[in-house]
Amino acid sequence: MIKIENLHKSFGEHHVLKGISTTFEKGQTNLIIGQSGSGKTVFIKCLLGLFEPEKGNICYGDMKYRELSPTKKRELRKQIGMVFQGGALFDSMTVEQNVMFPLRMFSNASKSEMLDRVNEVLARVKLVNANHKFPSEISGGMQKRVSIARAVVNRPNFLFCDEPNSGLDPKTATVIDNLIQEITYDFDITTVINTHDMNSVFEIGQKIIYLEKGKLAWEGSKSIIHKTDNEAVTKFVYSSNLYKKVRIAQQKGY
Amino acid sequence: MMIKDVFKRFTKGSVLKTLIVQEIHDLAVRSLGIVIFISFFIGAVITIQTALNLSNPLIPKSLIAFAGRQSIILEFSPTFISIIMAGKVGSYITSSIGTMRVTEQIDALEIMGINALNYLVFPKIVGMMFYPFVIAISMFVGILGAYSAGVFGGFVEGNLFLQGLQDDFISFHLVYAFFKTFVFAFILATVPAFYGFYMKGGSLEVGKASTTSFVWTSVIIIISNYLITQLLLS
Repeated sequence: MIKIENLHKSFGEHHVLKGISTTFEKGQTNLIIGQSGSGKTVFIKCLLGLFEPEKGNICYGDMKYRELSPTKKRELRKQIGMVFQGGALFDSMTVEQNVMFPLRMFSNASKSEMLDRVNEVLARVKLVNANHKFPSEISGGMQKRVSIARAVVNRPNFLFCDEPNSGLDPKTATVIDNLIQEITYDFDITTVINTHDMNSVFEIGQKIIYLEKGKLAWEGSKSIIHKTDNEAVTKFVYSSNLYKKVRIAQQKGY
Repeated sequence: MMIKDVFKRFTKGSVLKTLIVQEIHDLAVRSLGIVIFISFFIGAVITIQTALNLSNPLIPKSLIAFAGRQSIILEFSPTFISIIMAGKVGSYITSSIGTMRVTEQIDALEIMGINALNYLVFPKIVGMMFYPFVIAISMFVGILGAYSAGVFGGFVEGNLFLQGLQDDFISFHLVYAFFKTFVFAFILATVPAFYGFYMKGGSLEVGKASTTSFVWTSVIIIISNYLITQLLLS
């Protein structure tokens, strides 16, 4: 579980996050949505410890991030997996080496044990026969799978995904969504996803928070989003003609 | 500030060892080809130009070798090869680290709790500590080029060349040359790394950062060269 209390973050005069409070539960997929410039990226970077907020608390389980010593913070980071928008795979390493990287850095397991674990997670993300390929030799969807495999190989307690579907075709995007959801259930971890993809909202949005101008404007889930009377959320989620029709269908109980 | 962070929170030894071996290969060994090529021909050109400017019959021909040796050991190999390396090795360091910054690979390292500066820059500094071996080879090949041009070009006899090579040899000049080579190696590893690590923007900015890093690495090498020469030789 990640609990956020009254989070504030500014860059000079620009107040980006204005007192966000929410809770992301364990074992469920938590989505952050909002327009460009609403503060989603800054919010997720604060959660990851890449930005230091001026005010507020972030609690990972029972640990208050602000009160942790630098050593404890580094220990906590080892419990965090991250799937970047572009994959952020190491170009000079093969798929196998990329996935093995966190194990090489933080575990004392033997090479064969590490290799077994790598093959296990690669099979989990349904990526076979790609161990010795370089990131430039595989497709965008495969790169995302490798990125997910690398993020979960160390069995993290917290998984963060920044736009995991960007640049993917709708079919592959759905596969990636389902994969993230399965991993969240199977590993019983807290997953936080920053997304613009409305398919993800309706597929895996077990908890959804909508940010607007640095504030939490709405929170709920995929099952109640069509009932909201929050105009900003409605305009954002149902902005395309297709989703306008989806909303009508949802309201009619289909 | 960056240097301080490079030497903090060390990466796991076994991983660091692999990275250092890789950097020695990428930065030092892979530079040998171009260094040998340039050194041989510049050594040859120095000899031809010195020979053609020695028109006074009272000046011994062995001076051609003496002048070539002094030019190569004191300035050409340590300083000018380093400026060429600012273009080759420096651009490689800036663009590889800069690309990692642009594609969020450095963020990925930091999120994992890894000191990205130590992971990326420390192996390059250690790798560049093998750079003096490259310069030693450059000196040898440069003198070989000078000998080839001088003797086979008919400017000086072989025994006179070898005699000139040994005339008034001051071993401190080698100490001076290798001391400044170590300083330049450190500059070559850190200045381009700084420009790559702290760059902002996209792929266009990676190119700009590489150019800026080349310019500043060259400027810092030239100023350091002046200061070291003033301190050690004057």
